[in-house]
Amino acid sequence: MGKLGLSGRTLVIAIPMLWLGVFFLAPFFVLGRISLAEALIARPPYTPLFERGPDGSLQIIASLENYRFLMTDALYRNAYLSSIRVAFVSTIFALLIGYPIAYYIARAPEPKRSILLLMVILPFWTSFLLRVYAWMGFLRSNGVINNTLMSLGLIDSPIQMMQTDFAVYIGIVYTYLPFMILPLYANLTKLDGALLEAASDLGASPTVTFFTVTLPLSLPGIVAGSMLVFIPAIGEYVIPALLGGPNTLMIGRVLWDEFFSSRDWPVASAVAIVMLVLVVAPIMWLQSVQNRREER
Amino acid sequence: MRGWFLPMAVVVGFVFLYAPIISLVVFSFNESRLVTVWGGFSTRWYGELLRDRQILGSAWISLQVAFASATLATIIGTLGAFVLTRFSTFTGRLLLTGMITAPLVMPEVITGLSLLLLFVSMELSLGWPAGRGLTTIIIAHTTFCAAFVAVIAQSRLRSMDESLEEAARDLGAGPVRVFFDITLPVITPALVAGWLLAFTLSLDDLVIASFVSGPGASTLPMVIFSKVRLGVSPDINALATIIIGFVLIAVLIAGWLMRRALRQGG
Repeated sequence: MGKLGLSGRTLVIAIPMLWLGVFFLAPFFVLGRISLAEALIARPPYTPLFERGPDGSLQIIASLENYRFLMTDALYRNAYLSSIRVAFVSTIFALLIGYPIAYYIARAPEPKRSILLLMVILPFWTSFLLRVYAWMGFLRSNGVINNTLMSLGLIDSPIQMMQTDFAVYIGIVYTYLPFMILPLYANLTKLDGALLEAASDLGASPTVTFFTVTLPLSLPGIVAGSMLVFIPAIGEYVIPALLGGPNTLMIGRVLWDEFFSSRDWPVASAVAIVMLVLVVAPIMWLQSVQNRREER
Repeated sequence: MRGWFLPMAVVVGFVFLYAPIISLVVFSFNESRLVTVWGGFSTRWYGELLRDRQILGSAWISLQVAFASATLATIIGTLGAFVLTRFSTFTGRLLLTGMITAPLVMPEVITGLSLLLLFVSMELSLGWPAGRGLTTIIIAHTTFCAAFVAVIAQSRLRSMDESLEEAARDLGAGPVRVFFDITLPVITPALVAGWLLAFTLSLDDLVIASFVSGPGASTLPMVIFSKVRLGVSPDINALATIIIGFVLIAVLIAGWLMRRALRQGG
């Protein structure tokens, strides 16, 4: 029985381990290996990693050409920088819009609170693609916003909003706003009301109390929410592809084009590896540090 | 933040959240082909949608994929969460912790590309999966959805009273019996929530599916994306309205289940 229990335990561990090992971990090795290959017009469209030499020995052919290419072409550097910029600006705006909402919900009485919370989450459950699409109808030259402004006589000719960075910011803030509000809300409800009372007893105005007590105490919520917006925004493809213009450069889009349009699999792989090393790995490290601090 | 500023900011925030969706629904009943010019009430786009074989076919594919991957992801995610919360030491614990949470922060383009490259290499060396389509999309979706299920299951497993399991074990129940008779019923509401989340995540995914699918299998988001890319089209408004309706129903059911679970005492 004991022996059976032990092997049962191994089996239970093995199932998720194997699945994720094969379909999550192994792909990164393949990615790394193909980033060292060269593009071929064949199937598969890249050179093999091993080749039999004339004497029958196995030779490894790895080339750092793709990485050198990424370094020399300004397009890639600009795309990485501009992705970080777009994600950063969007995160700031999401925080500015999300904080008052989270604060208000956290202060609301119970039945109202649940309803407001559900109202924040509801759009998030609606298809992401369709929500971005909804903004296309809003931001177009003959879209809802321009039509309204023109019929009110506020503007004479439509404002160009689609295919600008502005539209991309809107799209990202809109899509990821619930990710900002929920951790902020969770943090603000835990806030000790006695501290706020003490501040006001000591003569602090609501504004002063907010900036000296509430805001500093909600910092963990701000960090958590910002991470949840910033991280997916970095690799975003759909939003810049639908709302952005040809000049909206984001790394997810560059990778996509490299793969689907240029059909250069090795360069696409190298773009992904650099993205992993430059952006994803530091974020994951930061998050694990954050988690460990919270556990303490 | 008292007085007029806060309520005002909240109202603006909610208008920002809902205005685009509401206009989508309103314009789905618009007679005019011009999506943003009102031409009278009509349900013609719903009719046109129902005759669109491509959209209906891809919706069916999406539903099959979502059902299969949500189910697989729930099994794998739950097992992963169970292992991490109940087995304190085993080889590879750190690896499993990493592998189960990393998909949450992995950019979709990277997950999609790397999985496709894996499938291509596997096909070359093992002959499986032959070509790409339903199977490869299901595998890909299962992998990233399992992470979300695991997070939900883990928090439920952590908060549940472990003395119930211990009591069952003291009374002579084997580990399998304890799991199916005690643990599983207690965490079922969380698993239903996890399954629903995985189902919607799978239905929603465009990027990963685009990478790992072959020419034969296009999911609904892939078809929508290719249509929408060419400009706004009114039948997509109708489709969006139908999806919003379904989501609303699903959310209400999920909310009701969670509320019931809470009332039963968690």
